[in-house]
Amino acid sequence: MNESAAGGASAAGRSAVASSGAGPAFSKSEMMIVAAARELTGQRVCFVGVGLPNIAVNLARITVAPELELVYESGVFGAKPARLPLSIGDPTIVTGATAAVSMFELFSFYLEGGLVDVGFLGAAQIDRFGNINSTVIGDYASPKTRLPGSGGACEIAINARQVFVIMRQSKRSFVDKIDFRTSPGNLGGAENAARIRREQGWLGRGPSVVVTDLGIYHFDDSGEMRLDSIHPGATLDQIRETIGWEPKISAALATTPEPSADELRLIREELDPEGAYTK
Amino acid sequence: MSKVASMCDAVAANVHDGDVVAIEGFTHLICFAAGHEIIRQRKRDLTLARLTPDLIYDQMIAAGVARKLVFSWLGNPGVGGLHAIRRRIEPGAGAGVGGAAVLELEEYSHFGMVGRYTAGASNLPFYPLRSYFETDLPKANPLIRPIKSPYGDETVYAVPPLKPDVTIVHAQRADAAGNTQMWGLLGCQKEAAFAADRVIVVVEELVDESVVRADPNRTVIPGLIVDAVVVEPWGAHPSYVQGAYDRDNHFYRDWDAISRDEATTQEWLDEFVYGVSDRAEYMAKIGDERMAALQPLGSALSGSVDYGVYK
Repeated sequence: MNESAAGGASAAGRSAVASSGAGPAFSKSEMMIVAAARELTGQRVCFVGVGLPNIAVNLARITVAPELELVYESGVFGAKPARLPLSIGDPTIVTGATAAVSMFELFSFYLEGGLVDVGFLGAAQIDRFGNINSTVIGDYASPKTRLPGSGGACEIAINARQVFVIMRQSKRSFVDKIDFRTSPGNLGGAENAARIRREQGWLGRGPSVVVTDLGIYHFDDSGEMRLDSIHPGATLDQIRETIGWEPKISAALATTPEPSADELRLIREELDPEGAYTK
Repeated sequence: MSKVASMCDAVAANVHDGDVVAIEGFTHLICFAAGHEIIRQRKRDLTLARLTPDLIYDQMIAAGVARKLVFSWLGNPGVGGLHAIRRRIEPGAGAGVGGAAVLELEEYSHFGMVGRYTAGASNLPFYPLRSYFETDLPKANPLIRPIKSPYGDETVYAVPPLKPDVTIVHAQRADAAGNTQMWGLLGCQKEAAFAADRVIVVVEELVDESVVRADPNRTVIPGLIVDAVVVEPWGAHPSYVQGAYDRDNHFYRDWDAISRDEATTQEWLDEFVYGVSDRAEYMAKIGDERMAALQPLGSALSGSVDYGVYK
């Protein structure tokens, strides 16, 4: 969930990436956050994960999804944060919220009860079926890198109506086989996943969107990730070089619209003036 | 009967070597003051339970008080890892090297931990939840077990009750009998307190019983289950108290650098934990400037409700 724990923090400061069009210059991280926020268009209730989901969801709330109800696992429904919180337990998510509830109530009634439309997660590793590892790199008992673990991610992946994932893609993160399955996605394929979800009475349909610094993926009928949109400036070679399997690519591959001046201003001036998320 | 005690006395009387200790509070109201006192009293072989070990357990584990950690999310939120704990888990970071003890782990998800306290508080043999299915967590922790519904074909997972020997919570206010009121993020302090054998409540403010009785909906923990009330303003720093002081995010970032190295970690403990006798001395070292910067920008009053008079 917390990517700086996964791969070591890169240097602060935004890496300048020239835009391909006539609009303002933007970084890969900014493109990723904007693309993720736009995917929330029309959604109502979103469970906000630690890290990148936090900024993407908050951008969506002030742009494409003004009706979005933010749910934080710390026990808040209908948060209206006045600053972008570093942690998902910041006091600003309480002041002015619709409801501050116990974690028991949040996980039982809001999440297990099926009221969450989108669970928005980060990940250290993901496979082609959207299964997520946020627990450990290497062997569990003798790990190479110990990551934070599930937090609420495991139950979010099972109970949220659908799951969005935002993460930077690399050979280390987009892997053929994840080291540990923390949160179930489409398991070994769509048919198997649908059967298990149906038989077990899960309300969640599983992963539906993965947004990276290079493109936007949805899941095809077989339950596998498919590149549907490539970000401006990214190439298919870059996509293939940063995935540990041969990726499916849509026959109708689109180019993600560039961030608007307004979206960039909101990220740079209001949401993340210190560049904590957009480094 | 007053249960008001000093932190030193409350910890000495209620925390013993080998205990299962839960200092709960999700980001909000994390009682660092109690954790530091446990370090100063050199308690040993504790099992530390918390959803998010946070900096407080990183510091306590660095100080050598614990043999085991029970948790669900091991990180410094928005910053990175908990390095002192990782040094006791990852062989590459030194865990087990030269015979050093490896920290024993018992890992759940957030809802699993909340369910464990809930079962513990209600004297039930397990708590059922719709989680863990098709994941590796039950393999990593065999105490997470599948259970078939007695009413149909569905499977859910069960987690065992967690009954801490002592639960420590921080709150905005309590009366001398331990009737405790809090607002803001409530986490699972209520469940963790009711599940525990002993409860220490640490508060920003000691209030008269009439203050509690004027707003009974805000009482989270009744004095009935409280063993000691400690009055320790700023006891949650660098965590925060809604309406009183903000989270010291700078310290959370600073700790990332301090804790990356074992020597600087121990130097910090020497100066800020062993080197002070109580929270007031610690806050004096933090300084007025930092404390002023953590004040809320203004008030956001709740308004009030009318409970009515009935005779």
